[in-house]
Amino acid sequence: MTLIINGETQVCAVVTLAELLHILEYDGDWLATAVNGALVHREDRSDQRLEEGDRIEILAPMQGG
Amino acid sequence: MLSLYDAKLSSRLLLGTARYPSPAVLADAVTRSGAAIVTVSLRRETSGGKTGGAFFELIRQLGVRILPNTAGCHSASEAILTARMAREVFSTDWIKLEVIGHHDSLQPDVFELVEAARILCADGFSVFPYTTDDLVVGEKLLSVGCRILMPWCAPIGSAAGPRNPSALTAMRAAFPDVPLIVDAGIGRPSHATMVMELGYDAVLLNTAVAGAGDPPAMAEAFGQAIEAGRLAYRSGMLEPRDMAVPSTPVFGKGVFA
Repeated sequence: MTLIINGETQVCAVVTLAELLHILEYDGDWLATAVNGALVHREDRSDQRLEEGDRIEILAPMQGG
Repeated sequence: MLSLYDAKLSSRLLLGTARYPSPAVLADAVTRSGAAIVTVSLRRETSGGKTGGAFFELIRQLGVRILPNTAGCHSASEAILTARMAREVFSTDWIKLEVIGHHDSLQPDVFELVEAARILCADGFSVFPYTTDDLVVGEKLLSVGCRILMPWCAPIGSAAGPRNPSALTAMRAAFPDVPLIVDAGIGRPSHATMVMELGYDAVLLNTAVAGAGDPPAMAEAFGQAIEAGRLAYRSGMLEPRDMAVPSTPVFGKGVFA
């Protein structure tokens, strides 16, 4: 299915958000995720089913002022 | 000792972590500044999050409190989601709440700021609001649950120093029991000393250190400047006079003519 991941359109054969993170090799415990503007907690990623056109944000710690 | 929400802190300097020449320089600057709190952000990453992970590990090893920010957010809803994502990553209810209203000045959108603060305070966050020196906005932020105010003294990254000391003085007088932190616009240690002499509780800065020729040395300079300003504030400074007052006693001077 087609997903918009961090603003970029990608075609991915996955069912859940946890699977998506796995195939994209996001494997740290420091990530935050949101789907269509709503936070998805770490423990809920396996239950979060993805649908065509979903907008997914994967954020990581970064320098800030 | 400075108390901010649930924490008692040994330092009155909050230091940003952006724009340093290297992670090693950043770490050295934090250590030499004596800062007990550093600010961080959340950003998109495409490399599996590896860079973010390395940065997070560096910060964790510094042993300081982490204050995530919502920098770059332009609406309450965007800032609220960012704050909630930051809580997940950094395991803290602290959030430096920024809602930017103007692209050039990076002036906060105080209307969206108050709305975001209301929702985040109700959601259990300890909100550090980046605001202006407007007293009414300050009152609104306190009424929705903020227990700290962080007015700018000049635009973010401008290094201009306090543009309106009178407004900062008025804010100190209006909120005598609220921790006040000057956030943004500080360029030199003397600026930090000045706002501390006005009675501010702490200073948050980033670019003035990160952009210096020798960031760790400048970090140490800011640490000392803030200490000096605080000590001066507590020590009873003289008010300026128009005329000279001799410091050496006149009485008893020898008469030679």
